[in-house]
Amino acid sequence: MLRIEKIKEENNDILRLIGEVDASNSVLLDQSIQEVVQQGTSFLLIDGKELGYISSAGLGVFMSYLDDFSERGIRFAIFGLNEQVGEVFKILGLDRLMSIFPDKSTAIAAQHES
Amino acid sequence: MNPKFNLSCSTAALTELRSFLQQKLAFYRLSEGEKHQVTLAVEEVCANLIIHSHACNPKEEIQLEVKEFNKKIIIEIIDKGNAFNLLEYQVPNLNQVIEEKRKGGIGILLVKKIMDEIQFESKNGKNICRLIKNFQP
Repeated sequence: MLRIEKIKEENNDILRLIGEVDASNSVLLDQSIQEVVQQGTSFLLIDGKELGYISSAGLGVFMSYLDDFSERGIRFAIFGLNEQVGEVFKILGLDRLMSIFPDKSTAIAAQHES
Repeated sequence: MNPKFNLSCSTAALTELRSFLQQKLAFYRLSEGEKHQVTLAVEEVCANLIIHSHACNPKEEIQLEVKEFNKKIIIEIIDKGNAFNLLEYQVPNLNQVIEEKRKGGIGILLVKKIMDEIQFESKNGKNICRLIKNFQP
């Protein structure tokens, strides 16, 4: 089961992922990111606090947008991943390709610094 | 509990697969992180078979069995589709995946990084993939 909540906070778009992302529902994640990109955003944050599991189907969705984000000047960050899910990003080395933060405030602070 | 599980070839059945694996792996001395990763690796192989070898036909099945041998957990994944030998599969590098905006291809990379050993055999139309993880006795 996956539920995605879209939240707009000032100029930041947050997608809160609740549940598990696998091959049966990664298309929902894809659609949600697509919508945010099309509506226009400068900073897209993924709230992973309630993400219990993600398989390569979901990781692949993030990866497929990385070029798009940089071409459109969209900043992208992920925060709040639990230890096990965070470890999966690290196994693939995705923590070096994506900005991953412990929580929302550090993710937003890093955005202001750079 | 029965160490065997029949998985219907539908991505909707992956949730059931995860709960079966979580229950089985609970018996072994693996960290929570390792259990999570082994579950993920098995799911990656099964999702691949469901989508690419069985065209998501829920009438077809993949059989799973969890065994233990010599401080190793062996997860056997048996199917009768077109053989997919992940040992021969050339995993993409991450930059390729990003450039080509492909949404697949990294699953097998995960499997290879997580498992200690992978075996594959195919005979008489039956494919057996064994994912092996060492554990502390």
